[in-house]
Amino acid sequence: MTHRPVTDFATDFDHTDPAWVADPYPIYEDLRGRCPVAHSDRYGGTWLPVEHRDVAAIANDQEHFTSRSVVVVEGRPTDEAPPAPIGLAPPITSDPPFHQIARRLLLPAFSPRAVGELEGFTRDLCEGLLDSIGDVDHLDASLDYAQHIPVGVIAKMLGFPPGDGEIFRGFVHQILESVDDPFEERVARFAPLEDYFVAQVEDHRANPRDDLTSYLLDVEINGSHLEDRHIFGTMILILAAGIDTTWSAIGASIWHLAQHDDDRRRLAKDPSLLPVAIEEFLRAYAPVTMARLVKEDFSFEGCPMKKDDWVLLSFPAANRDPSFFERADEVVIDREVNRHAAFGLGIHRCIGSNLARMELRVALECFLARFGEFSLADPAAVTWSRGQVRGPRTLPLTVAAS
Amino acid sequence: MKVTIDAERCQGHGRCFSIAPALFDSDDLGSGVVIGDGTVAPDEAHRARLAVANCPEGAVSIEED
Repeated sequence: MTHRPVTDFATDFDHTDPAWVADPYPIYEDLRGRCPVAHSDRYGGTWLPVEHRDVAAIANDQEHFTSRSVVVVEGRPTDEAPPAPIGLAPPITSDPPFHQIARRLLLPAFSPRAVGELEGFTRDLCEGLLDSIGDVDHLDASLDYAQHIPVGVIAKMLGFPPGDGEIFRGFVHQILESVDDPFEERVARFAPLEDYFVAQVEDHRANPRDDLTSYLLDVEINGSHLEDRHIFGTMILILAAGIDTTWSAIGASIWHLAQHDDDRRRLAKDPSLLPVAIEEFLRAYAPVTMARLVKEDFSFEGCPMKKDDWVLLSFPAANRDPSFFERADEVVIDREVNRHAAFGLGIHRCIGSNLARMELRVALECFLARFGEFSLADPAAVTWSRGQVRGPRTLPLTVAAS
Repeated sequence: MKVTIDAERCQGHGRCFSIAPALFDSDDLGSGVVIGDGTVAPDEAHRARLAVANCPEGAVSIEED
């Protein structure tokens, strides 16, 4: 579905507009100068704060904003559905107090210790992908490399068949990118996904093993096992939040390095700089924009927000706010002070942030070790995802082995 | 000099224990915790200040002697 073109992003913005998809950063900069909380009638009414302080304030305000739905689409969930307090994809779609219960039971699976145990698997996965790519002059760093890494890691965590990556990617694409399709069509698309989850759950019930699916079947809240919709919802969350996001971060980092020889050579020579550099890539190219719904009519910084208005919570815009970051629009790979919000702020901080960082670090380290030199084969051939997760979806490179 | 973490503000971003692993660790839920009583050795002072400056939630602070 295509929308009429945007004429003025301050009064009519659309995050699926081709200009936004191609490069949203000039839009944020323009708005910061003249309209730091923009409004659009599209999607039934949407607000867009672009300054760090406003993004932080809304992320931390559970009194006026709900996470009941976090993907801006044409329709609205009614007050009853998805069922409160669990929501469609707990805990990201849950509000307090249920949020904390749902979150705490997932946190141990994503702790630094648990993630550390997946590093060897991730490294083998990256090396295996590079082995299959082989000795080539050209490759697509998004399609041949980046996209397969989070798919493989998430399948491993959930204990789903490793060959099912294509199935998950299809589901995730429908959830994240087809945001301007009619609400009923979007809801209907969840049916095959649920069938898939039912099959996985039945298999795990019959053959319990040491993975996140068996853990979700085993764990209890107040002496009761999780309801099926909670289990399925958490699986939807892990697929939707764990794949396109990390794919985007890996792709955007490689896109940067393909265009900045000094940064690429420096990191190839000294991979110990990667942990600091990836924080800068996460700041400058933050993949994720979240959303909230306004609970009741109220005034935010003089803006008359109405019940059920969307708020696009742009962590990418916050991360480029010059009142919060020095040299905000430059990528400084050894930036020492970097309080970026790529993983969100407040109680909904990305639960997979340790996992994402590990995948990003390992993916870049392996890629840089294999290909010492690479550049964009054709800058005009790079395409970007649309919707609230942003990253390159085709990234053709000219490469030379180290 | 001592470091402290406000557990109410900490959301488990993990910046402190990545930047200054001699001063901070994570608990089983991934929240930051201070190692020991938080006393900062002189050669850790810079990393302690970076941990404060990089916490997205402003949960880490330093008590100067």
